[in-house]
Amino acid sequence: MFFYWPAAEALFQSVFIQDPFGASREFVGLENFRELFGDPLYLDSFRITAVFSVAVTAIGLALSLALAYFADRAIRGALLFRTLLIVPYAVAPAIAGVLWMFLFNPTLGIVAHWLGAMGVAWNHVLDGTQAMILVVVAAVWKQISYNFVFFLAGLQSIPKSLIEAAAIDGAGAWRTFRSVIFPLLSPTTFFLLVINVVYAFIETFAIIDAATGGGPAKATEVLVYKVYNDGFKGLDIGSSAAQSVVLIVILLVLTFVQFRYVERRVRY
Amino acid sequence: MLGRTPFMTFLTYAVLIAGVALVALPVWVTFVASTQTLDQVLATPMSLLPGDRLLANYAEVLSAGAGNTTAPVARMLFNSLVMALAIALGKIAISLLSAFALVYFRFRLRQTAFWLVFVTLMLPVEVRIMPTYQVMADLGLIDTYAGLTLPLIASATATFLFRQFFMTVPDELAEAAKIDGAGPMRFFWHVLLPLSSTSIAALFVIQFVYGWNQYLWPLLVTTQESMYPVVIGIKRMIAGGDAATEWPLVMATAMLAMLPPVAVVVLAQKWFIKGLVESDK
Repeated sequence: MFFYWPAAEALFQSVFIQDPFGASREFVGLENFRELFGDPLYLDSFRITAVFSVAVTAIGLALSLALAYFADRAIRGALLFRTLLIVPYAVAPAIAGVLWMFLFNPTLGIVAHWLGAMGVAWNHVLDGTQAMILVVVAAVWKQISYNFVFFLAGLQSIPKSLIEAAAIDGAGAWRTFRSVIFPLLSPTTFFLLVINVVYAFIETFAIIDAATGGGPAKATEVLVYKVYNDGFKGLDIGSSAAQSVVLIVILLVLTFVQFRYVERRVRY
Repeated sequence: MLGRTPFMTFLTYAVLIAGVALVALPVWVTFVASTQTLDQVLATPMSLLPGDRLLANYAEVLSAGAGNTTAPVARMLFNSLVMALAIALGKIAISLLSAFALVYFRFRLRQTAFWLVFVTLMLPVEVRIMPTYQVMADLGLIDTYAGLTLPLIASATATFLFRQFFMTVPDELAEAAKIDGAGPMRFFWHVLLPLSSTSIAALFVIQFVYGWNQYLWPLLVTTQESMYPVVIGIKRMIAGGDAATEWPLVMATAMLAMLPPVAVVVLAQKWFIKGLVESDK
């Protein structure tokens, strides 16, 4: 009930224009949608979301795969490293946003200071690109643990005999990784790929709100953020509901793709 | 074995230490900032060694709050705890029962019911905030614990997990229970529940963290400071701009807000990993 009622309301509202006080509404059909896709700000938000998701997914996956690969090796202290690496999972996204915002704070942040010493003038409050980097860093940091746990589980399920066989055939560590381990990990990687894109689409709201608030000048206003901003701050309920519907459709497509491929994913 | 060369060992440690440093840096800086005075934090660059205000700062936020918020952090921590526990326990209870119904009872539209539940998997609260908010406002649940937790309890992840698990329970067990004269609820309590205890523990860890860290929904549904969960409280404390922000106090609050979920995850690491890997696959 708490699910279908809202979803139905979203569809319902997306075809009306409502005044901010809810006193009157007018049926407009698909007008809200047409307006939405003609709105350069909305299309811009699409572009921002795309850049953001690709960056978060690519960097996050690469980093955590590297960490998982090395943490899987039998070394002393491996358990300690693993424990430390899963900590960010437990940190609230909003807090992660605050922490990184503090580190990169132009006047008192320590990382901003280091960057300044290296000759980079850091001010994410003014510079849209830098604000984007900030939210990507925070989002990746938050997601590393999740990817790490899955990659580690994937690595541990690879039979040791295969790796030994590769060693006997004279393959070095890099060659083994590229030709044996990586292909065997592909189901995990694909699964994480979808999960990370969804994560970047939806769950980074709190990080962005805490770190940049969608600014400066909407440089980090991703789609989810816009739903919230237009609906609750701008009180343009019809448009916000239409955006919800668009997001829901995107998510359904992503999930559908995931299930199609999970069913006939690479088996070994 | 492969890669037992000194170079590989060195590389392993180098990468892991770099990774841990990257992961730990924000947390460490937060901890340091939470133990200093405001002047020490504002000095550039701030020192990376803890100051001596550890107890004073923590005591102050716990009892009096900081910055623009007047609600004490102890109250916010309590709100978070209620929310996290209610979401974790509520979700587990509801999904155990609905999974039980889906697997063991034949009723009309069973397949339809399954798909209705299943589709909700794909739509987290964030994409349906606006309409959900309207529903809750219509029901008069703004600023109540029920309003905070109900929409978050209603999701299918856990139902799906338990359904998968119940399907692996052999039918013989159900038949044996029936022959011994046990009704369906008795079978549920005395056979299924004990069998699924590890899954429940794993799910509890995941859901506790999930509930504790909720942001968007509490942001909308709470309007009084005394109902804020701690995560929202932090955001409110720094809303006033750089100059007015009492960073040491904010950072002390951040540490307090991180502590419970991190403790849960680290202490229950085995269940956590199990829960994570199973509930999403």
